[in-house]
Amino acid sequence: METIDDALFLPHSQLQSFIDLLWRKSYEVIGPHVSQNTIEYLPLHQVDELPFAYRDKQEPGRYHLVKTSHERYFAWANGAQALKPMTFKASQTLWQAHKNANQELEFSTPSSPLLNTAVIGVRACDLAALAIQDQHFLQGDYVDPFYQSQRQHLFLVAVNCSHPASTCFCASTGDGPHVEKNADIVLTELDDGFVVEITSQTAKDIMSELLLEPAQAQHWQQKSQQLQQACQAQTRSISKKAHVQISNKNKSQVWETLGRQCLACGNCTAVCPTCFCHQQQTEADLSNTLISQLRLWDSCFNADHSYFHGTVVRAETKFRYRQWLTHKFSTWVEQFARSGCVGCGRCISWCPVGIDVTAVIADLIKEACDESL
Amino acid sequence: MNPYEPQVVDVIQNIEETPTIYTLRLRFRDKARQQAYRFAPGQFNMLYLYGVGEIPISIVSDPADEFVIDHTIRSVGRVTKAMSKLKAGDQIGLRGPFGRGWPLQHALGKDVILVTGGLGCAPVVSVIRYVIRRRDLFGRLVIMQGVKHADDLIWRDQYEQWETLHDTQVILAASEQPSAQWPWHSGHVTDLMHTAVFNPNNAIAMMCGPEAMMNAAIDPLLREGLNEHDLWLSMERNMHCAIGLCGHCQYGANFICKQGPVFPFAEIKTLFGEKGF
Ligand SMILES: Cc1cc2nc3c(=O)[nH]c(=O)nc-3n(C[C@H](O)[C@H](O)[C@H](O)COP(=O)(O)OP(=O)(O)OC[C@H]3O[C@@H](n4cnc5c(N)ncnc54)[C@H](O)[C@@H]3O)c2cc1C
Ligand code: SF4
Ligand code: FES
Repeated sequence: METIDDALFLPHSQLQSFIDLLWRKSYEVIGPHVSQNTIEYLPLHQVDELPFAYRDKQEPGRYHLVKTSHERYFAWANGAQALKPMTFKASQTLWQAHKNANQELEFSTPSSPLLNTAVIGVRACDLAALAIQDQHFLQGDYVDPFYQSQRQHLFLVAVNCSHPASTCFCASTGDGPHVEKNADIVLTELDDGFVVEITSQTAKDIMSELLLEPAQAQHWQQKSQQLQQACQAQTRSISKKAHVQISNKNKSQVWETLGRQCLACGNCTAVCPTCFCHQQQTEADLSNTLISQLRLWDSCFNADHSYFHGTVVRAETKFRYRQWLTHKFSTWVEQFARSGCVGCGRCISWCPVGIDVTAVIADLIKEACDESL
Repeated sequence: MNPYEPQVVDVIQNIEETPTIYTLRLRFRDKARQQAYRFAPGQFNMLYLYGVGEIPISIVSDPADEFVIDHTIRSVGRVTKAMSKLKAGDQIGLRGPFGRGWPLQHALGKDVILVTGGLGCAPVVSVIRYVIRRRDLFGRLVIMQGVKHADDLIWRDQYEQWETLHDTQVILAASEQPSAQWPWHSGHVTDLMHTAVFNPNNAIAMMCGPEAMMNAAIDPLLREGLNEHDLWLSMERNMHCAIGLCGHCQYGANFICKQGPVFPFAEIKTLFGEKGF
């Protein structure tokens, strides 16, 4: 990560002052809370709202939080959502239509003033996913103005992962567990505080007010040891060449098996930080005069997603699963010059029947290998 | 700029072609916008009916016509049925044009084979008219159209007139219950591919219609020696945004609304005909 200043040390005792400072600088501060048996990003005022001493236990089809005796705020990996709902909202009014006094049709785009938002606690995988969504919504032929303004208002305080979940495989996708891009500040939590790396001028100006001491050699040493351990703790992985290896697997038997397991619930696409599918819906107000065109998250696991000419192209679940997987892991590379997976493992934990995408890809690759013998 | 927000267009005329097919003739309320509007045949617009919804529809007027934009629409569902009731003076929303159109520049000087199926595929009819208005710029013109019932053929008198033009061949087929008034073939139009006369080394084929029909037409054309880069298809999928963002029209690595809807066969052949994509 390119830093623009020497790293500082933020003792745990000063975390509250850091949060207070961000509010004083007119940021709405968002941070992780324990909520609904997971970790959710919500407005953060007090350090004791943070998931202090919590660890997340994740396995295929399982997510739960446990309280431990360790004394850290960020010794967990991730919850169901992080940044995606802040930039690409689950529901967004795109425009409105009404008829004026002369019964003429008029269109307008509603404007809502946005607050600067500081998000504390985002992970390497979240930031890698944000870079992909930036590519999708901001760098094509058409810029999405809603994503753009929400994105421009973000100030990102990232945290390097020290305790990946068993479902994490960001080391194999090259997206984590260290933060490499897109953050303003990167924190590494140690037993008594944080190493603070500063990577934007805005962050430098803000942090100067806290009058922190520079990080010491022993902090650096602990930091690098901890990061190494976080990499080594990851047991799942995905082949770097998966996009090529599975590119001829459209007729695989693997889809038949998955078609029987998958419930087509769409959980995986809802928690995926890179999935961008959405639908538009027309909604009237009570008097049926102001009509809003809404954009809502959609999923290629829904039947409507492929409806046309009175038929559903992907009526069978096996086709929907194949559409999702071949897009995310193979054709995505043609569109974005990288895979659509950042290794966060959310689709594994939040799948109600515990389908493990890393195992599915391994099966596809094995089948391709066997066929080439 | 909000690329999702439509512009207001006036309905100049709603022409009934058959009981279920109509042509909406539109013009931007904003004069400057109408003057600046340019499109290529094969591209499409998103049309929005107040309070009902927005749908993708191809543009069928001639690109040289600066005054109106025509869309020929078949009533099939919620939005298309509601739009059929529009009258001159009504207003709707329009945004576009979107996507890649037919390779008409590439077709100059070549024999042109046009294959359509189903209910009069309007985008191909717009190409027929385009070529006929500029007849000397192209080689032979082969028009092949398959319908289910004889009644499904719209603009029938035009086909009869096109048949009389020089270097122009019209091949029509009705697959079900052709009546005594049907002078053409009964069966599938794709069974007649061998009767099309063209020079495969200097020809271009453009097709649109149901995928099964296009699939059946591809092989015979390639066997005749047509290059797969000279074989173009117009693809259709569910569409919501038309600007490559919503993911509904995704087809392999392509967004049909953006890289298509018109594709050379060579670009999509690995997926074409594969069920479920
Ligand atoms: C690029 C393109 C060009 C088209 N050009 C024409 C044309 O020139 N003339 C014409 O009559 N039709 C055309 N269609 C098909 C037309 O868009 C559908 O018939 C129309 O969307 C059906 O809407 P509905 O609400 O009446 O039907 P319903 O069956 O009630 O559909 C409900 C919704 O599903 C979606 N949908 C349904 N069918 C289609 C479809 N075939 N394609 C995309 N989305 C669909 C739409 O969002 C629609 O509002 C085109 C489609 C595409 C993709
Ligand atoms: S995938 Fe990597 S970056 Fe994301 S939570 Fe797990 S360890 Fe952290
Ligand atoms: S219609 Fe939305 S991506 Fe093509």
